This record gives sequence, structure tokens and C-alpha cells, in this order.
Amino acid sequence: MEQLITFELTPKMRLDIDAWVNKFPPEKKSSAVIAALTIVQNQENWLSLAMMNAVADYLHMPQSAVYEVATFYSMYNLEPTGQYRIDVCTNVSCMLCGCDTIVAHLKERLNIGFGETTKDGRFTLKEVECLAACGGAPALQVDGQYHEHLTPEKVDAILARLEAKA
Amino acid sequence: MVEIEINGKKIEAAQGSMIIEVADQHDVRIPRFCYHKKLSVAANCRMCLVEVGDVRKPLPACATPITQGMKVFTRSKLALDAQRAVMEFLLINHPLDCPVCDQGGECELQDLAMGYGRDVSRFNLGKRAVSDHDVGPLIETEMTRCIHCTRCVRFGKEIAGLHELGVMNRGEHLEISTLVGRAITSELSGNMIDVCPVGALTSKPYRFSARAWELTQRPGIAAHDGVGSYIYAHTIHNEVKRIVPRECEALNETWVSDRDRFSYEGLYHKDRVLTPKIKRNGHWEEVNWSDALAFAAERLRAVSDTQGADALGALASPNSSCEEFYLFQKLMRGLGSAHIDHRLRQHDFSDENQFAAYPHSGVTLTELAKADVILLLGSIVRKEQPIVAHRIRMASLTGATVLVVNPLDDTFQFNVASKQIVPGGDLLLGIAKIAKALVAGSEKIKPSAAIAEFLKDITVDDTAQQQANYLKDAKQAVIFLGALALNHPQAAAIRGMADFIAQHTQTTLGLLCEGANSAGAYLMGAVPHRLPGGQNSTKQGESTQAMVLSEKINAMILLGLEAEYDLAYAHRAQKALKNMQTVIALTAYQTPHLLNYAEVILPITPSAEMAGTFVNMQGDTLAFSALTSPQGQSRPAWKILRVLANLLAIEGFDYQTLEDVQQEIAPHLTTAKPTQRWSFAAPQLELAERLRIAPVPIYAQDPLVRRATALQHTPDAAFGGVRINSAEAQALGLAQALEVLVRQQECEVRLPLVIDEHIPNGAVYLASGIPETRDLDGAYEAIYLEQVVDNHA
Ligand code: SF4
Ligand code: FES
Ligand code: FES
Repeated sequence: MEQLITFELTPKMRLDIDAWVNKFPPEKKSSAVIAALTIVQNQENWLSLAMMNAVADYLHMPQSAVYEVATFYSMYNLEPTGQYRIDVCTNVSCMLCGCDTIVAHLKERLNIGFGETTKDGRFTLKEVECLAACGGAPALQVDGQYHEHLTPEKVDAILARLEAKA
Repeated sequence: MVEIEINGKKIEAAQGSMIIEVADQHDVRIPRFCYHKKLSVAANCRMCLVEVGDVRKPLPACATPITQGMKVFTRSKLALDAQRAVMEFLLINHPLDCPVCDQGGECELQDLAMGYGRDVSRFNLGKRAVSDHDVGPLIETEMTRCIHCTRCVRFGKEIAGLHELGVMNRGEHLEISTLVGRAITSELSGNMIDVCPVGALTSKPYRFSARAWELTQRPGIAAHDGVGSYIYAHTIHNEVKRIVPRECEALNETWVSDRDRFSYEGLYHKDRVLTPKIKRNGHWEEVNWSDALAFAAERLRAVSDTQGADALGALASPNSSCEEFYLFQKLMRGLGSAHIDHRLRQHDFSDENQFAAYPHSGVTLTELAKADVILLLGSIVRKEQPIVAHRIRMASLTGATVLVVNPLDDTFQFNVASKQIVPGGDLLLGIAKIAKALVAGSEKIKPSAAIAEFLKDITVDDTAQQQANYLKDAKQAVIFLGALALNHPQAAAIRGMADFIAQHTQTTLGLLCEGANSAGAYLMGAVPHRLPGGQNSTKQGESTQAMVLSEKINAMILLGLEAEYDLAYAHRAQKALKNMQTVIALTAYQTPHLLNYAEVILPITPSAEMAGTFVNMQGDTLAFSALTSPQGQSRPAWKILRVLANLLAIEGFDYQTLEDVQQEIAPHLTTAKPTQRWSFAAPQLELAERLRIAPVPIYAQDPLVRRATALQHTPDAAFGGVRINSAEAQALGLAQALEVLVRQQECEVRLPLVIDEHIPNGAVYLASGIPETRDLDGAYEAIYLEQVVDNHA
């Protein structure tokens, strides 16, 4: 169904994407795909199929190639998310250092599971692979910031700050 | 060359080869899943780990280039331990469903698990399950079985040229899919089934119908295009269950097209006729062979006795074998008629005497790789000749420039440097512009008077100039004339003009003829102007077109074709046949249309059920034997023709076996590459103001494939409607119309209208060879579109 809805890149998006395209040789236009998807997502909060297709057309890439990139990186939202997206790492180091407690605490506090959004539309909880912050495991990322050596108390403090901000 | 050692054996091999290639060449078997010799190296499965002397860790043989003095151990403890460990990991998530898996018995994972797997699994947690995707009617998916080797994805990207399946998500969530659940559209898609080492991708039509170990494998030749791909048929109980490629580096490499792979379903279609039939007093009755043949002979005699042999005509499908063609023309010429043809969809025959002994593709598929410029003139090559399209793609990847002159815009799976989409189907104009640009650019090129005269009023545009420049600078260019050019009403002039260009540049001209055996048809004399061996005939017969339109023929023999689908003038042809005194159809299928115009039905076997010979477009003689025995009472056409000739007391038909026939035709099967030259003459026919462009869709090419159920459910088989661009629609007052009244000659059909900007002005795309248009007429004639006036509205 969604394929029928078309999406047009705004002039601003095109301009921003072009800046990236110009950094690569002309026949390697597709190298700008990560940047292009980020640009669209920053504007729209998420990436629909129509948006990905628009990027594919713009960069002359097969649609599947764009989907591959968009589904690979956990930073892309393939569904609309809440205002803040909390990425909790559950990979090996974090798991060994007790991320299970952190996850359980977050789920309970927010009353949502992985991939879900709170009713007030404020938080989305997402399970991610290694954030490359193993030295500070367990770790999470939210609102563009890393938080390490997490404890339930620290999590509460983070949430409180975000709630105040919102 | 470098010298290495594998398992203690000294081996010389080319620098830069990977260990696995060298090992394969020397029959040292290294286990692998992701490596495939025709695909790029992904090195993601790690099954091929081997020990390399002095290196502490095992290395992937598929991604490790050999170096001088390298010592490789494929079965050392280190190597085996690594291979076993990889296998254990692979099996963690693989389901244990071999008993219900179609790949069972021919599964690379199953085979290797026998050698490297443990008896007992140490993994006792939940396995991962993945939901299946519908990727269309040809490929069945069972994605839980996927081991993520990405062979199918690489096949799509690298060979098919269509990135459809992709690697979605990552890590434990990785899935191979299209993400959006659309059907795979590549015309080579079936090869993904073969490259998949496990049962994740299997054949949908074959599903659950046999087990690999029950099947018998028989070699054959695919009978749909001018390549003649090598195939294997897998049969059980005298039934073809599936077709897989048989490796032939010179032709189809390790691939086959979907048309060649899935057409076998048509063998078992309900339209197959398995008993001889005759029409008496308007009623069809089943009769035995001798009655049917006696009746047919008597009817032919009746016409020839009263009206002379010139009232007899014969048309054969270009998919007939050489033996059939030969006996067919021998029968006709024995009766005193030279009216025999196989060029069913051709419109322009005016240069037929200039043809060489047989139409040749100009270059072989192997030579094509060396071409630096390839010009496609009037060809939707992907749909006409999928394997040729693949070879063009490969050439383009290694640097060849591809140019296109076509009457409609189409997508190609390779880069096209320059495209001329000619309005009004005027291919001649397109190619003439290039000729003019060449003439204008060089003093040395002296056009003949006819060409100079024709080029006088032509103006060159930028695209044509660009194409001319490419051709001028080419060292080894090829111009391919595709079906749209060969069946064009001005085909002769197009050929002449293309040949003029070829003569004044480093270019070879080649024809991509339809059918599996066009070349064989010429060599066997199944044309009205040539005898077997390509000799000119003193008695010139009529071409297909004249036979159908002249009303002079009163008895027609049809061999393996359906007038409503296979002839250029579907409507007039059916009418003409209906008006004839008798029509004798040697056919494998019956349709209501055929029952209407035919008087005798003699059931023949499709090529799968008989032995014979094809000559492909590069002149290779391809002998094949039967994949199964004939169904019911159907018989190979050569036997029927033999008996018919005997009944008609024609001399020289006392063949006992097919070998007798083959002996007789052997001298005519010259495989030497002919010199093809055509001189230009201005076309006699002007193009209609609005021309119907009527390509035959890929799965409507011949009676067999038209009945292959799964292929008929692919997007390629869906009716595309009547297509015009929006400007034309506007001009015709059809901008809002969903349906349109299509008129040609005296026929009129109501069809859905589709606005499509790929169609240039002056052209109407409306396919032929399909049920929707079987009651229309000339494939490249004038066409009129009118608004539908609905009385009930
Ligand atoms: S579907 Fe088959 S070929 Fe494709 S990645 Fe999975 S196992 Fe490999
Ligand atoms: S495992 Fe969590 S940050 Fe690396
Ligand atoms: S075959 Fe070498 S890594 Fe897969």
C-alpha cells in the first residue's frame, strides 16, 4: 500500500544531499546514501519506503540497495518514533556487565518493550548492538549522547532530565 | 605462473588465482558455500578455511590469492577443525527439515554436514525462524533455511543486473529479501535456485513433486531462442519434472533463462492433443493414424489435382528441427509447390535473395566479449534473447559501449551510453541519421546513389552524431538487428542502411532471429526461394505474407504453429485459413481457433519428446535426443511427414530411422560463418501515420511457452494494454480514457488504455502473440484508436 504514496525530496534536502554527492566521484554517487538517508530522517523523524525510494531515485541506485543500508544501521528509524529514542546496548560486554537489569528497569519505568513508544509519544526503546562503548558497559545512547556505567539510578536521572527538557 | 603445493602436491598456477580456484582445477575438493566461480568473492561463510604453511590461523581459500611457494593443507587437523567448527555454527540456526525439503539429496549443506557435522547438536537453545516472502510464481522461499551466503544477491547484482533480493537488517536479524515483497522480475531469476546451496530458494512449479534421487538426468537443448542453451531435464515416469542448466561456456555458461527453465510445464497442458482428428461435415472425430493420414493425403491431392500444386502452401514454426524442416520442404517441393516458409512474423521480404546461406549473429557469444561498441537496433534484447542480453551486459561491464536505436524506450540491465528512441516506429530514420553523420564526417565514405538520395533530406541530431562517433572510433563494433527490426515493414532498407554503416566502420552486422532454429530453416530450404544448403531455387515460392494474403493458396499445412498467435497478420491469417479448402495442422496443441480453421489435426511431439538437430544463430549444430517418449499417440513430425509423403507417392521418402534423414541432411549443415551483405534500396512501403509496435512478449514466443503455467503468472506475462504517451492521448481525445477502441483493417477490439511516456509519438505499443490481440491484425501496420462510446452509460 505504502508504495503508492510518493515522497518528494524538498529543495533543502536536495541541496544538502548534493553537498555530499559532490564529495565523491560522479560515478560513485551512491556513496552519499548514508548522508542522504540521514538528511531525510532528520527532517521527517523516520524513513518510509517512499522516502527511501526517493533517495534511490535521486542517487540512481536500485531501491533494494538503499533498503539494505537503511535496514543495516540501527540509527535509521523505519517506523515513526517518539521524541527521544533510547538505544540500549545488549551486546556481549554490556550483557556481561549487567545490561539485563538496565533493560528491565527501562521497560518497567516506561511501561513499554523494545521497539515500542510510550503513549505520550515521548520515548521509544530500542535494542542495539555494540555501541563501541564496551569500556563503559553497560551503555545506552539517547538524544545524541552516550551514557556509560549505567545503574538503575543513573537511568532514572537521565529520564528525569529528558522529561524536564521535553 | 607461480608454484604452490596443495596437500604436498606441486602445482603451477596463474598468479592472482585464489587457492580454491587452483584446488578446483586439480580436483582437490575444498568445502564451500558462498564461493561460486561466476560470482564475486564474498568470503562470508568461512566454510573453505584451509591451513596455509607458516600462517597461524586458517585462511579462507576463496579469498586468499596464491603466492610463490605457498603450502596449502586442506585436510590437516587445523583445517578440518576449522571447517567442523564453521559447520557447527552454520547448523545452529538451520532447521532439521531435510525430509520435507526439496533440496534434500542435492543440498550442499546436507552433503557437507555428512562430512563435517557432528552427530549430536551441542546447541540446545531456540533456533531462529524467518518468515517467508512471496517473490513470484517461479521461486519458492523457505528463508529459515538460508545460510546468508549471498550467492542469490550477488547473482542478481552481478549477473542478472537487477538488484532485487538484498541483504536486509543485520546480525541475528539478517534476512535475504526484497523488503517490500514484490516479485523478482529478472528473466534469469531461476538461476538463483541453482546457486542457492541450501533449500531456501527452490523451484515453485517443481515443489514437492519428486525427490532428487528418483530423477533421471537427460541432456537436451533449449528450444526457445537463437542461443540453444544446454540443459538437463530431470525426469521421472516419462515426465519432465524440471530443467536445469548444463554447463556450456561458449553458450549459456552455467545459466539458463527462465523461459528455457520453466517452459516444460507446457508439455503437460490440457491443450495437448494426443490423438489424430479430422473434421467431417463440420464435426470433429478422433480417428486412427492411418485414417487420418489417408484423409490428409486425399485432401491435399484433391486441391493439387484440381488447382495445381501452386495452390498448396506450408508454414512451419521456427522452432522446428532441421530434420522436420528438411522433410517438410522436400514434401512440398515433391508435390510441386515452393510455397514454404518459416518467417512467420516478418513483413518485408524484398531483400530475401541477398541473404547468406543462413542468418548469422555476426559474432559468436564469446567474440561478443571483445566488442568495444554494441549497437542494438530494434531489439528488446532482454525479452527476445535473455542469454545474449546477459553477454552484452558482461561486455558492457568490461568496457563495451552499448548504443540503442529503438521504437520504444525500455530499461536495460546494462549501461546504455546513448539511446535514440525513434518516433512512429521509424527505425530506418534512426539508423539513416547515423549513416548521414558518418558520411558528413568523412570524405572517404562514398554512399551509393540510392543511399545518397535517401540521406539527402535527413538531418542529423546530437544523439545520432554521438552514436556515429562511437561507431567511427570503434575497433570492433557489432550491430545487432533484433526482432523489432527484422519484423519491421521496412526491414530490408533498415538492413541495407545498417550494412552500409558496417562496411564503413569496423563493424560486424548480426541478426538476432526469433525461434530456436531459424538458421536451420534456411539451411534446410524451409524458405520459398532457397533449396537445402542455401542454393537458389529456380522455382520461387511465396513468402508467409503472400501465402496468407494472396488468396491463391487453397490447402495449407501448418507445422507446430498457431495462426492466431504466431503469424504477423493474426486476423487475416485466420480468415484466409478458414476460407481454404483444407488446413492440415501438425500440432501439439489444439485451441478453439485452430479447431475452427483446421480440417485435420495430426498430433506431433514438441522437441522435448523427440530427437533432432538445431542450428543456433552463431552456426553451431546442436543435436539433441528425446527427454521423454511421446505422449499418447503423438509422433515426431518427421515420421508423420514421411508417411504422408509415402501416401502421396513422393519419391525419396524411404527413411527407416532418423539417422537416415540425418545422413541426407548432413552435407547441408554447413557451419561455416557466412558473409552477410545487404545493399540498400529505398523502402517500397511508407510507414503508417500511427504505427502499431507489436513485440511478442517473452512468454508468448511459441506454443509451448504460452502454456507454461508458472511463467504465465509472472509480471512479464501480464497484458500491458494499449500504450501511448500522454501527448498522443491528448491529441486523440483519450487523456481520461481507461479503455479504447482499437481498429486495424476490418477488426475492432476494445482494450484497456495505458498512458506510458516510454512510447514515442506516432507509435502505439500493443503486443502480439497474446489472447488479447489474436483477433487484431498486422503487427506493424496502421492502427486507429477511438474513444469508447458506451451506450449503456
Ligand atoms: S537464499 Fe540461498 S543463495 Fe540466498 S543467501 Fe540464502 S542460502 Fe545463500
Ligand atoms: S557491547 Fe555494549 S557497547 Fe560494546
Ligand atoms: S567459500 Fe570461502 S568463505 Fe565462503
